[in-house]
Amino acid sequence: MNLSFLRKTEVLVALTIVLFCIIVGIINPVFFTVANVFDLLRSSIVMGIFAMGVLLVIISGGIDVSFTAVAVFAMYATVKLLNAYWVEAPMWVAFILAGAMGLGLGFINAFFISRFNLPTLIVTLGTLSMFHGFVLFAIGNSIIRSMPPSFTAFARSTLLEVPLSNGGVSRLHPAIFLTVVAALLTWLLLDYTMLGRGVYALGGAREAAGRAGFNIPRIQYFIYGTVGLLSGIAGITYAALGRQANPQDIVGSELNVIAAVVLGGATLTGGRGTVIGTVLGVALVVIMNNSLILLGIPTTWQRVVLGVIIILGTGMPALQAQRAQRRSQITEGIA
Amino acid sequence: MPPPTLHHRNHAVPIHLPRRTLQAMPTELAPLYSAAIAPDRTPDLVPDGAEPFVQLAHINKSFAGVRALEDVHLTIERGRIHCLVGENGCGKSTLIKVLAGVYPRDSGTVRINGRDYEKMSPIDSIREGIQVIYQDFSLFPNFTVAENIALNEQLADNKRIVNWKQVRQVAQDALKQIDVSLPLDARVEEMSVANKQLIAISKALRQNAQLIVMDEPTSALTEREVRNLFAVIRRLQARGIAFLFVSHKLNEVLEISETIMVMRNGHNVSDGDRAEYDHARLVFEMTGQSIREKSYAYTPAPGAQPRLAVDQLTVHGMLQDISLRLFPGEIVGITGLLGSGRTELALALFGMLPIASGTIAMDGKPVRIRTIHDAISHGIGYVPEDRLSEGLFLEQSIGNNIVVRIIDRLRGALGLTDKRQVTQQVDHWVDALHIKTGSPELAAKTLSGGNQQRVVLAKWLASNPRLLILNGPTVGVDIGSKNELHELMKALAQEGMGLLVISDDIPELLQVCNRILLMRHGRIEEEILPMATNENELAAKLIED
Amino acid sequence: MSETTASQPFPTSIRRNNPVLRLAIIAALIFAAFSLILRDQFFSVRNMQSMAVQFPEFGILAIAIALTMISGGIDLSVVGIANLSGILAALTMTHFAPDGSSPLWLMLAAIAVALVVGSLCGLFNGFLVARIGIPPILATLGSGSLYTGFGYVITGGYAVRTAQMAAIGNGSLLGIPYPVMIFALAAAIFALLLNRTAWGFNVYMLGTNTTAARFSGVRSILVLFRTYWLAGLLGAVAGIVFLARANSAKPDYGESFVLLSVLISILGGVSYIGGFGTISGLVLAVLSLQFLSTGLNMLMLQLSGSSAAIFFKQFAWGALLLIVMVINYYSQQRQNRSPG
Repeated sequence: MNLSFLRKTEVLVALTIVLFCIIVGIINPVFFTVANVFDLLRSSIVMGIFAMGVLLVIISGGIDVSFTAVAVFAMYATVKLLNAYWVEAPMWVAFILAGAMGLGLGFINAFFISRFNLPTLIVTLGTLSMFHGFVLFAIGNSIIRSMPPSFTAFARSTLLEVPLSNGGVSRLHPAIFLTVVAALLTWLLLDYTMLGRGVYALGGAREAAGRAGFNIPRIQYFIYGTVGLLSGIAGITYAALGRQANPQDIVGSELNVIAAVVLGGATLTGGRGTVIGTVLGVALVVIMNNSLILLGIPTTWQRVVLGVIIILGTGMPALQAQRAQRRSQITEGIA
Repeated sequence: MPPPTLHHRNHAVPIHLPRRTLQAMPTELAPLYSAAIAPDRTPDLVPDGAEPFVQLAHINKSFAGVRALEDVHLTIERGRIHCLVGENGCGKSTLIKVLAGVYPRDSGTVRINGRDYEKMSPIDSIREGIQVIYQDFSLFPNFTVAENIALNEQLADNKRIVNWKQVRQVAQDALKQIDVSLPLDARVEEMSVANKQLIAISKALRQNAQLIVMDEPTSALTEREVRNLFAVIRRLQARGIAFLFVSHKLNEVLEISETIMVMRNGHNVSDGDRAEYDHARLVFEMTGQSIREKSYAYTPAPGAQPRLAVDQLTVHGMLQDISLRLFPGEIVGITGLLGSGRTELALALFGMLPIASGTIAMDGKPVRIRTIHDAISHGIGYVPEDRLSEGLFLEQSIGNNIVVRIIDRLRGALGLTDKRQVTQQVDHWVDALHIKTGSPELAAKTLSGGNQQRVVLAKWLASNPRLLILNGPTVGVDIGSKNELHELMKALAQEGMGLLVISDDIPELLQVCNRILLMRHGRIEEEILPMATNENELAAKLIED
Repeated sequence: MSETTASQPFPTSIRRNNPVLRLAIIAALIFAAFSLILRDQFFSVRNMQSMAVQFPEFGILAIAIALTMISGGIDLSVVGIANLSGILAALTMTHFAPDGSSPLWLMLAAIAVALVVGSLCGLFNGFLVARIGIPPILATLGSGSLYTGFGYVITGGYAVRTAQMAAIGNGSLLGIPYPVMIFALAAAIFALLLNRTAWGFNVYMLGTNTTAARFSGVRSILVLFRTYWLAGLLGAVAGIVFLARANSAKPDYGESFVLLSVLISILGGVSYIGGFGTISGLVLAVLSLQFLSTGLNMLMLQLSGSSAAIFFKQFAWGALLLIVMVINYYSQQRQNRSPG
């Protein structure tokens, strides 16, 4: 039997998830209830959208740590603007507004990265600080609890309702659509457009990409613009679901999202990563984090579990690579 | 915005590229291109006939006042295999880049396919069917074989959407053209160098290549892979495609080429039919030197222990029953083709390969070498093959490069590094090895190849090794420095050090070594005494299988 | 940027492109500008002292991160290490002296506990990076989560309050607060270690070219273990300072310090790809940032009168980083154009 498919990260992550689910389900059957599944889906909405943006950047060989600040900027500024000038605005206006702000901020990243050829980590580190500082300093630093009515209505909307045995109902929020659409579009883009191939080409062999005729600055603007756009949408979704806009939220969670994407098989050296892997990576992190309570483990263990997942998830491929390298040392010596 | 159009199959189509295409181009190409579309051009009416495909004449090119090409000419006939040979820095690569339109020439004429080019851009060159395959192949390791082959075509056709069925079809057709089958869905990073080369050739063919230029195509291929490549090239030649090989491997040059052109110091020194050349003539034309260095005279010290005694050394799948003796003061050459085990032997002695069985003794004492540290502590030094990535810390100062092995010993008060001792050491070695630099504080990358190699030598000599293994000690070093390095090696041996020189540079082996061991298939096949052979004989033995 | 930075033991003589010199000028300019604009409010003993208690916390962490960056890696876990060691030190104090007293032996014991915890965490990082071969950014991202997680598990997510270390946080000698002295001492020790020991030398070489280091017989595993161990140790020192200053230890204190320390390192001329960087540059970057934050704070407060002024510094830090990088870009361009 050919077991080589087992070496694929996606398959490994999927198996881990299945195994984990079975164990949790055996210990606590609540895990397999509709209510719990809906909860898990809801918890993945925002992280899922962020992860698609982060995936693009990582495939292109870069890293973006500013997306959380972009999200907070777009989210907070949008809510504040709407509260001040157009409280009755429908929800889609908020999405467009936040998306546009995110896009603009993403272009700032792209400008520094492509015009001055600066390392992406450093640029986004700087803009993370700038964007967040700007929000707190110039836009506001208090939590906004009175949200525009369309936000409240959005928060209450339901895609699916399932009655529970105890008389209540379990609801699935339609915002999951956003995540699904973001994932689908990212997948189509990466696999079926020349622009998407350009993202992979940039991460795989930058010089060759230029020689082949890819327009590298344009790809970079596209990547960082898209991250910004997605972050703006994720930010506004976060605020709507949470029914408040807190400028201190989200920032600080950037490394968690990056970890989820890396667990899904994307490598920080670039050129590698898939949407399906990223979806699985996000699922793994969300399921692990949300299921501890079902296992009777206090939620204070969340961070420990996340740490263990990251170390195991990156350690195993590293050991594999070490072994492979030892085997191929000789070819290296020759070349 | 669509990517730039890289080639047009139909020459008669007037060229009206929109402005935005110019902006979409890599910046270094754009100015060349905009200049090149200016002159009016008439459709090509010259039929394929007696006229050569490419005629470059009186080409001059300088960089910042340094003449790289002086009155150089190059003629390429359709369907013929040409070789361009010369030492490093002789102007080969500059000439190729002029031909590819990457460098604008200062003066001279370029006539391709019967058309004179005032200026030539990379796009012109590609449109005329000139395809340059650089040493890195310009492939994407993370893409499949199929996508790598079809990518340029997709870009050239301004495709926005990828049609994977078409990509596979294109790739399959391209591979069929050269009669090669490769797994279309495998990633290129999993391919061997030889296969990468075949992929690059198929890619070039898909772009209507009339002339394929290959830069050092065989430098990382095994003998069998070279044969295979040559077979593919001959097949394509039969279909009228011309080749230009840029190489310094004279045996292969002599084997494949029909026309040879030699360059030295930015000049043509000779060109003509293959039949006019032999190995010795090529060496002479390339180096301009017929004066032989004096060969190394080794006089054994009576009753000395061997510095290195290896018995029945085996590394699974790489080395088989290697036994050799090396006495103090000896310079022993190890030669063989790529894959013969010559580098593997060096790595095994330096603790980088797992030794399965056999014994090693230094000065009569048995030693175990499992790590680099073991090797070093027994007095073994290793000057690696790839100076730039393995030998040097390019961005660090020359001084830091020299003392890296001995920094631990240069301690003063409180066990802290004593800067005075450091400076003394550095000055001593810069002086002793004649390293030409303005200051030892400059980065190692500011040095020339020969001086860089001296820095690597100084690093090892500072730690006073008993056995020094040198792998390709003068690769990429110009001829003058080469002789100086050879003299240095002889001087070290005369002081009692043992030297093991791994090389496929035949004159070097004959001049430097007092014995040469020929390796084949992981075994030592034969011991050759330089005095008892000559270049042709050794060359013939080297390529025997 | 890398090749313009001096490395020891052969400091490149001061060129027009020396980032340490440039930083010294920037720091001095910032200081002079605020002294002129804000006069006594900025240029006063009181302000100097208030600034002095702020920067050691992140300054010590910045040294830790800079070390790992020079070696070609990074340590994102130092804040987690600091908090975990601080928590255990605090618990040691509250457990053995529930009355709130702070006998010297107990303080020393608590410090020892913190240092041991920091060492263990650092060695674990070294194991992940050097032995397993996980890319440092991921290894320490994971281990940082682990250390912070242990902090949560131990404390249940609440702060451990104790003023038993306050003597260190508030004390001073000759007008110099202890935290400043700790930072200065750490900076001096690590400048010496980097410049004058074989380990320090090898950190630079390893960060420049791992392969060449291997071929030159540098025992990279040992060098890396030591690097991450020392970074962990510095994390513990920072944890003690956190505890002494805040009179409490909690698992999520100072999470923004990670990115701030990376920012300081890069600002201070540490190469993000490894091989270059000096402690003097780092110290100047810490000072520049502190002057900038405090001065801007005062200025913005004066101009706007709003409490939001304290957030302006965050914006200014990011802007400063980008400005410095763009200046480096242009000076590099100029250097490339001129021969030699």
